[in-house]
Order: sequence, then C-alpha cells, then structure tokens
Amino acid sequence: MTAPTKGSGLKWVGRAIRRLEDPALVTGQGRFTADLPAVHWVRFVRSSIAAGKLGKIEAPKGTVVITAADLKGVKKITPMLHKFNYKPVGQPILAETQVRFVGEPIAAVVAATEEDAEDIADLVEVSIDETAPLIDARDALAPGAPPVHADVPGNVILKGEFKTADFDTVWKSAAKVVRMDARSHRQNATPMEARAGHAAYDISTGRVTLTCTTQMPHLMRTAIADVLGMPESDLRVVAPDVGGGFGQKMSLCAEYVVLVWLARKLKSSVAWTEDRRENLIASFHSRDQYLALEGAFDGNAKLLALRADVLANIGAYSCFPTTAGMEPLMAMAEMPGPYDVQQYECLARGVLTNTCTMAAYRGVSRPTITFTLERLMDKAATAFALDPVDIRRRNLIDKFPYTSAIGLVYDEATYKETLEMAVKAINLPAFRARQQAARAKGRHLGIGFATFSERTGYGSPAFAARGMEITPGWETVILTVDPSGFVEARIGASPHGQGLRTTLAQIIADEIGVTPDVIKVVHGDTDRAPYGWGTFASRSLVISGGASLIAAQKVRAKLIKIASHMLEAAPGDILLENGAAKVAGTDRSVTIAKMAREAYTQTHRFKGEIEPGLTETGSYDPPGTFSNACHVAIVEVDIDTGRTTVEKFLVAEDAGKIINPMIADGQVQGGIAQGIGNALLEEIIYDESGGILTANLADYMPPTAHEIPPIELHHLETMSTESITKAKGLGEGGCIGAPAAIVNAINDALSPFGVEIDEIPATPQRIRAALRATGKCA
Amino acid sequence: MSDKTAITLTINGRDHAITVEDRRTLADAIREDCGQTGTHIGCEHGICGACTVIVDGEPVRSCLMFAVQAAGKEIRTVEGLAKGDALHPMQQAFMDHHGLQCGFCTPGFMMLAVGVLEREPDISDEDMLDVLSSNLCRCTGYANIIKAVRAAAKEMKK
Repeated sequence: MTAPTKGSGLKWVGRAIRRLEDPALVTGQGRFTADLPAVHWVRFVRSSIAAGKLGKIEAPKGTVVITAADLKGVKKITPMLHKFNYKPVGQPILAETQVRFVGEPIAAVVAATEEDAEDIADLVEVSIDETAPLIDARDALAPGAPPVHADVPGNVILKGEFKTADFDTVWKSAAKVVRMDARSHRQNATPMEARAGHAAYDISTGRVTLTCTTQMPHLMRTAIADVLGMPESDLRVVAPDVGGGFGQKMSLCAEYVVLVWLARKLKSSVAWTEDRRENLIASFHSRDQYLALEGAFDGNAKLLALRADVLANIGAYSCFPTTAGMEPLMAMAEMPGPYDVQQYECLARGVLTNTCTMAAYRGVSRPTITFTLERLMDKAATAFALDPVDIRRRNLIDKFPYTSAIGLVYDEATYKETLEMAVKAINLPAFRARQQAARAKGRHLGIGFATFSERTGYGSPAFAARGMEITPGWETVILTVDPSGFVEARIGASPHGQGLRTTLAQIIADEIGVTPDVIKVVHGDTDRAPYGWGTFASRSLVISGGASLIAAQKVRAKLIKIASHMLEAAPGDILLENGAAKVAGTDRSVTIAKMAREAYTQTHRFKGEIEPGLTETGSYDPPGTFSNACHVAIVEVDIDTGRTTVEKFLVAEDAGKIINPMIADGQVQGGIAQGIGNALLEEIIYDESGGILTANLADYMPPTAHEIPPIELHHLETMSTESITKAKGLGEGGCIGAPAAIVNAINDALSPFGVEIDEIPATPQRIRAALRATGKCA
Repeated sequence: MSDKTAITLTINGRDHAITVEDRRTLADAIREDCGQTGTHIGCEHGICGACTVIVDGEPVRSCLMFAVQAAGKEIRTVEGLAKGDALHPMQQAFMDHHGLQCGFCTPGFMMLAVGVLEREPDISDEDMLDVLSSNLCRCTGYANIIKAVRAAAKEMKK
C-alpha cells in the first residue's frame, strides 16, 4: 500500500501519500502520444511569412500533400462570445487565401516515415505575396492599420468596458493618483512534451480514435466532430499520459483536425509529432499585453478607485473554446485583486495581429494584472512614504463575503493574515539591515512583496458571465464498486501531472471506507469517461473532487443500505471502515467486496428495496472560490551585468483544505519556478518582419535548477463554504504572484538609482538599459 | 531516402539488430526501431535533456548522437534501471520525494543523475546542482528533483 509518509489522523485526506501515478512513470512505462506507431506520418508546411496573399503551392510529383483545396466542406474554427462587441473570426484548418502569422499551417505532407515527410515538406514550394505585417498591438490599433481579417476593420476583436456609477465623483475626491504603465512581453507555456496527435481509423466500426496531448479530450471531440461535420459518436479522443500542459493544450489545434480528416480519408493511422521549433513559433502564445493602471488614493493611502486600460495582443485567430476574450476579460474582471476598492473603471481590448494565436498559460492574465497592481501598490507606497507592507495592510480585504466592484463574490480568505505571516517569516528588519550593509559594499539586494487572490474552481456561471457560447464549468464523476470489490472512478477532468488519480482516490477512500490503492481513477478517454471539461484553471481538485465526494456519498449511502440488509442492523448503526461494514459495538461485519458481489449477483435478497448494481454519479458546478497568498522575493541585482539572482523565495498561502500536502507543495513550487522564468527569462521575440528569434529552448530560456532558489512554504487552511471538499484550487498561484514579487524586489534593489522596471521579463538587457539611462552607471 | 546501415544496438543488455539511415538519431532508434519508448524527446536540439541515456557509462543526449555511433556500445535506458520488481534507488527516491509530476522529463533526469553518481558517488551538492541544471523540467520547480537525487545518492553508496 502507498504508505503514509507525513501527516496524521486516520483519514486519507490530508496525508502526503505517494502518488499512484508514479510507478509507471519512473519505470519508463508511461504512455505518451508520440509512443504510438503509425502507418502514415505528417509534416506540416508552415508559412515563413507573417502576412500575405497565398498563391500557388507546388509539391514534388508523386507525393501526397494536402492543402485547403482538399478540405472541402471542412468548417473553420470559429469560437464565439455573445458579449463585449466580439467579432467572430474563422481560422481555416489549412491557410486558404491569406497567411496571417509565421508558422501558420499551409499544407500537410503525408509519407511513410517522419523523415520522408520532412524531406518532402522541404521541397514544397509556396508562393506568398507578402504584405506589411502587424506585430505589436499598438501598431494594429493605429488609424489606417491594415486589417488582419477583412471583416474586422480596426483589428479590435473585442472590447469590454466597465465603470461604477460614482467613479468620477470619487476619483475627483482623491488626494493622490498613482500610475503604472506595464508591459508584459509574449511568452509560451512550453510543456516538456510538445504537441502530438495520432488518429487511427477502425475499419470495423468506421470510428476514429484520436490520441493527442490535450487537457480537454471531450471538448476536442465536440469541436473536431463539429468542424468535420461527423457524428461525435464516431470519434473517440484519448489523452494518454500528457507531458504537461500549463494551458497550452486546452485549445483546439488545426493540426488535430487534419489528422482525423486524413485517418478517415486514408482509412488508416496517421501521426504527427510537433518539433520544438514548431511548438515555440506555432502552438499558442500568451501574456502579450500593455496595461495602464491608475489608482486614486485618499490622504491615508486608502485606495478609492482604480482605472485600467488593458490591451491584449491576441494574435492572428481566436482560440477555441475560450476565445480571444480570455486574457482581456479576465484582466477586466479580476484587476482589483485582493484590495478593497469599490470604484472601478476598465477598458479591455483584444487586438488581432500577425502573430501566433494567444491562448492560456498558467494564470492566464493574473500574472500580468498582479504584476501591474503590485507595482502600483509599491509606487503608491513610495508616493506616500510608506513601507510596501503598510500600504497593503491599509487596503487588503478583510471582511467576507466581499463583493467586488464588478460583482465577483470573494469567499473567506486570509489576505492580511498571509501578509503578516510572510513578513514575520522573512524577518523584514533583519533584511533591511543586511540590505544597507550590502549597499555600502556596492551590492544591491532587494525585497519584493506580492499579495494576490486566485479565483479557482469556478463553474459554469463564471464562464457564462463572459458570454461564451461554449460554457465550461461542471464536472461529473461516475463511481463504481465492481463485482470484484475494486473501485473505479471515471472522471471528466483530464489531469496531466497534477496527481488527481491520487487525490481523488483519497477523497473517495475516506467516504466509502477503503484504501486509495483499490480505487482506479479513469480519465482522458471519451469512450470511458463521462463528458467533462478537462483540467485547467485550477479547477480539477475543487470541481472533480466535489463531484467525487458527491458520488462517494451516494455509494456510501447504498453500501450502508446493503449492509443494513445483510447484517440485519439499523442503518444508523453501520460503520464503513477498513474495507468493511461493521455494526457498531459488535463483531458483526461484512466486507465491501462481498456487499458489492451481492449488489450484482444476489439482488433477489434485497426484495426490490435496493436497485441492482453499485454505480453512482456525482456532478458539481460550484460558483468558485478564491485562494490567496503572499509571495516574498529577495533578489540581488548585479548592476554591471543587469543579471538578477533570486536569493530566496517565501510563500504564505491559503488554498483551503489541503488534500495531499506533498502534491500541493509540488504545485506551488512548480508554479513559482515558472513565475521566476516569466519574471526574468522567458520571452518570445518577433523581429519586425514577424519572424521569431527565439525558436529553441536555449533562446526562449525556461529556468533551470540554477535559477530557482530555495522556496519556503507556509500554509493556512481557511475552510471554504463554496467548495464541498473545503479545498480551494492552487495550480496557478505560484505563477501568479512570483513575477510581481520578483520585479518589486528588483525595483527595491535599484531604488538608489531612481530607475523603475515595469516590464516582464525583467531581462539583463532591460535592467542595463534602464541603469545606463540614469547616467549613474557605465 | 538514403542508404541504410545494419547495426546492433545493445540496450539494457539486450541486442537489437536494426537497419537505420546514417542520419537517424540514437533517440529515434531507441524509441522507434527498438521499441523502448521510456526515453522521451523534448527538443531535438540537445537543450532539454529529456532524451538522456547512458552510453558506455556516460550520460549522453540521445538526440545528439547518431544511432550508428552507438553501435557496439552499452546503452542503458530507464527501462533497465529496475531489477525485476526491485526499483533502482533513484526511481524510489523520485517517488518518495515527489520528484515528478507529468513524468515526461523524469527518465532523462534519472539517467543523468544515475550516470553521474556511478562515476562520481561523492559529488558535492553544488556540483550535482550544476549537473542537474543541464536538463529542463517544467512541472516540479526542481526542488524535489534535487532532494530525490540527494536521497538516491546516499542509497546508491550502501
């Protein structure tokens, strides 16, 4: 059995048990998409030009090369929002008359091996009548800018506006207005496994099985069936072991549509494994935003009103299912973060450009809005001659439930408590003394704080508020005790590293009185799992966990009923534990395995009072719950090179009830590492012609073990009323707070020079340029 | 599209007689010609280290070596770490210390660490950090990988 390694108490929930996922993964028995053999291999011919009219495509004689002309009747990918003046744009599966970004698929070469397909792709000649590309969101907004899509003149694909009634009056009453102009550069989620797909046609049934690296298999099935106009029942989508996603694998890829189309056409198996260059230039990007934020404060540094202007570069197309609204609309809804501010005005726009399409990356807009808001709070602290901690104390929400200016309801959280916990743990006075001493020796240390809320586990109402035609949210779990006494939980969520097979088993085990190792959590196969939305947005443990608990409560109730019959005892006297039902205070018991067997094979004994079988379904669609944390970074900036070293990182966080502390800490640590990469290193850089200069991992620079400091974690557990397991989500928080804490720390370190760094990533080049501009450094 | 060469790859003590193009990488040959898919390919540029295997005692990035260069050498992959049901201390340590999440980079990290520790059992923590910085992981934030490797290093000396 998975022996407990930490924790206490008899329950499985709350224990750091080892993961049930691991034995296969550490022995090389994991099964990833690219491990499957195929008869045909595909290589995509991609545009090397950012914008232009597509002309002739010439393939070598005797080769199989599919273009848009072959895909007659195949629909475009056209996600829809019914709000915010959204202009639907269609993405052709292969480019038709226009190319709109470098990397856009133009043709699919089919050959017997990957190598042959690559050789042929190199020989395909594509003529493109090049036009001037739009790379930067501000250029795309300029009067007279050419439209990326002819039907969206002006390139604004959506515009969200919000203003509270008393905003102007309150704004005028302010003692001080502080402004922050932030630039968040473009990033790529960069899962270690790039995208891959494998579509196999089954001659006997006419069905296709698409195995692919996705975070949402059911959505892929719905979307691909829709685009191809085929019955959804003829398509099975399998997400096997998936090598990380971080949001990049939750959107529909045109490439997968081509694979399913080819499998049906060739009545065979067809595979495509993306290479790393393709992943960096042509999968999905994120975080390319300009944010202007102004805060109006009263004389006591209390925030009275916030005004935000969010400009998100959403790339060439709108991603399915979440649409181009994902980043700008999340920024609009959540910009005020953990602060009590009842007056709010926001303009949030998404702008089309000739760049790779924007989709989710861990945290979506929250790393950028937290960065912007937390820099604003530090600037305000300076303006009021306050300590950064003090200004946060004066403004953090401390009464719950709290309704934000835009109408989000925050459940109970610990914004102030985690701040105080972090301040105490980091020993701020000792750091300030060390900072002074270091400065005297020409070394520049800095400390930065970030306090934030993380909206997690939100169900369909939250997505419906965005006006999404496809409105995700709920999850279903089908829990079966089979006649052998083993337990199977089939779930609609689709974990890919989060350890859900273990944590859901812990929740179920406590409810029905078995050990987690007899529970198999089945996911990632549309033939086996119930319809569900997949794993993203820090939702799975809250929503699929809640659905697991509901299903387990029903199974528990039925087991008690069966035991009551078999043991001839009152239901209230039955205890379920250690794999058996017992009559309290007696030695009478019956194993769950025996009860399960009878539930199928001896139903006549229950005299029609108990339904046959032992399967129950639970569904859960919660309103959402807010996790929160305070992050503290201590950095040293080398002013000669501009290099930032993160010396220490401390987190005080509250994600409600922790189901498995080991897994929870792993999520936080991993998120912070990505946040450090986002803050300092990771950047997709386009040149003026729309080509990408960062097309390998050495140039894109995800952090290595060297860049990650020791991370100290502190926990509080506020039991949310908005989550039936009491758990809040925590998958994204590490990534949300870290950039703000680190860049605040850089600014603290550089305060003697009077420079301010308001861009992420804060690369050595940017820091050096800012220092040089002061004239105080060489 | 070019001529093929017949070679024998010895993987985890077993011979695989295969015929490959000269340009075929060792990574592709291990996975596709020899069916050992535990070795993963993350970048094919020699940057991420997911494809690390041990060749004649040295950790190598199998995407940067041609299969024909590995002919006649002892190749070890993740599939060869456990002895039957008995896990290698490195595998046990990765499980005990939550050194993996999605598991894609894990075989590469384990082969890298095992290769270095077999050669240098008393390597300092600082030098081991340098070694581990040659591979990329996107899930764990590295802290638990470092912990796992340190724990395994102790066990491997026993």
